[in-house]
Amino acid sequence: MTHSQWTRRHVLAGLATLPAVGLLGQTSRANAKEIKVLNWQGYGTDEKWALEMFEKNTGIKVTHDYFNSEQEMLTKLRTSPGTYDVVLMNNTFVMDAVKERLIDPVDSAKITHWNDLSPAMRDSERFVQDGKHYAVAWVWGVTSIAYSTEKITSKPDSLEALWDVANKGRVGWRDDALESVQFAALATGQDMNFPKDLDAVRNKLMGLKDQIKTFWSSEDEWNKYMAAGDYAISTYWSGSAARSKKAFKLPVEFVVPKEGAIGWFDGLTIAAGAPNPEGAAAFIDFMVSPQFYVPWDTNVGAPASANAAANAALPADALNRVVLGDAETVKRLHWMAPMSDQVRQSYQELWDEVKTSFTK
Amino acid sequence: MIISRRQRVLASLTAPAYLWLALTIFLPLSAMLYFSFLTVAPVGGRESSFTLAHYRAFFTKEVYWYNAWRSFELAFYVTTFCVVLAYPAAYALTHYIKGRWREALFLLVVLPFWSNALVRTFSWTMVLRGDVGLLFTYPAIVIGLVHAYLPYAILTIYVSLEAIEQSLTEAARSLGASPLAAFLRVTLPLSLPGVFAGAILIFVPVTGSFMEPRILGGKNAMMLGPIIENQFTAVFNWPLGAALSFIMLAIMLLMLAAGAPFFARYLRQG
Repeated sequence: MTHSQWTRRHVLAGLATLPAVGLLGQTSRANAKEIKVLNWQGYGTDEKWALEMFEKNTGIKVTHDYFNSEQEMLTKLRTSPGTYDVVLMNNTFVMDAVKERLIDPVDSAKITHWNDLSPAMRDSERFVQDGKHYAVAWVWGVTSIAYSTEKITSKPDSLEALWDVANKGRVGWRDDALESVQFAALATGQDMNFPKDLDAVRNKLMGLKDQIKTFWSSEDEWNKYMAAGDYAISTYWSGSAARSKKAFKLPVEFVVPKEGAIGWFDGLTIAAGAPNPEGAAAFIDFMVSPQFYVPWDTNVGAPASANAAANAALPADALNRVVLGDAETVKRLHWMAPMSDQVRQSYQELWDEVKTSFTK
Repeated sequence: MIISRRQRVLASLTAPAYLWLALTIFLPLSAMLYFSFLTVAPVGGRESSFTLAHYRAFFTKEVYWYNAWRSFELAFYVTTFCVVLAYPAAYALTHYIKGRWREALFLLVVLPFWSNALVRTFSWTMVLRGDVGLLFTYPAIVIGLVHAYLPYAILTIYVSLEAIEQSLTEAARSLGASPLAAFLRVTLPLSLPGVFAGAILIFVPVTGSFMEPRILGGKNAMMLGPIIENQFTAVFNWPLGAALSFIMLAIMLLMLAAGAPFFARYLRQG
């Protein structure tokens, strides 16, 4: 999935605590001046400065619980009703959660920034059912390619750069089945969400054998490999590219090639039976505000905001304005669709077969 | 039946450990064994039914059995190198080095244990990069793992060498055996229990290793360990992950059982 930069390092810890979560979640909480947020670790809602700002403004104290995969997030909601107030959800999971009655609709009147939210995401069919909004569009981003401006002088405009013999042995690739299938589908001119010719996808991926230097699985690893000169070009996330450039001073540029790239967006939801729905709505309103978003992107680095006014308030050189702010670029994006466990598993097997072919 | 005081003491001393092991190992393992026969993990109201499909997948799909073979092949290389490197070191420690020097050398042997495995592995990436040019190759994985597991082999072999009565070799020598013959016919056979113990301590965890292969081996890291990990973390296919784990466990137990008569002979002698 798109958020593994926050997940991989916690995977083992997460597995170990999984059985205990159901028990711990049962403890009830009476204090109305508190809310509990369920999110990936390090994904905006737990920025310390922001929580201090929020508590000062509203008197509401924010505590967190984290998940390491979307499946774990759903499991926590199922096994601990009445524990969480605000839950971060990738758009492709919201309707599943609605079907299982895990989340409640959001009253748009309580979100003061409602009219600033980009309608394409705010009113997306992934968030709205029977005229009710079940998630508030929060942030969005792109998975595409980034290249080293020191090693590659002319800006690549096609995904084929990853298969170009000039980049033999200096390509970076994330070890992720879904993302690999999506990139290969785009490169073979297929629908990224429903590729029909999986053999073409498999062959295309097998063609990466001599191209890939090594796999990356976290933002931290990506920065290390790029800094050491292992990669000249690699798949990457837009928000992370901004951080690599700003915080790590790496000479990298993020591009959305002509075939397009993978787009995703996340919403904030209110858990069914939330102990403090008022506080939850207030927190979501704060999360989509420019007051939170601009310092988050400027000082830390963030995905693009679904709040157009917040994006517009960024400095002119921010990646979220320069690359993702371009309407032509956004048109080329392919948005991730919901997907069944079975399809996900079949992609994993395909990707494992491809990686096995790399060792022969 | 009268329970003796000795038995009561024994029971009260061992019970906490066995209870703990039963709770923390046996229960989760039983749950996983149960999952491995289900179509889907029975979490979140999913309907599941009995199936052998996950066990069948291992034998019918090349991606699984071939990577299981790769896991065992890696464990074989690492174990062999560890034993070959450790034996002379342990021999020298027992026979030629005495007193404080021996303590100092032991400290150096166990020193790697005191550092985090991830840190050790990342240090290797710095050494193997550049002119050495081995980073992201198969030998890099073997080097990193041999470094990580060598102390086990040195320590177990040392312990069994140390236990050999010096007078036995002296007797062999006084009866006319050459130093080499005395070593091959007296010392080596008597030290084999330590060699086997070290080999098993190394072989089993290396089969399941995934961190070192991934960081040092790059594209060559494909083994069964990472495949199993992904069934749990990436695609929510606990039944397949569980089935693959139990097959690995079964193969390892079979290997131990096949070697048991051989081990037993030497262990009795030791």
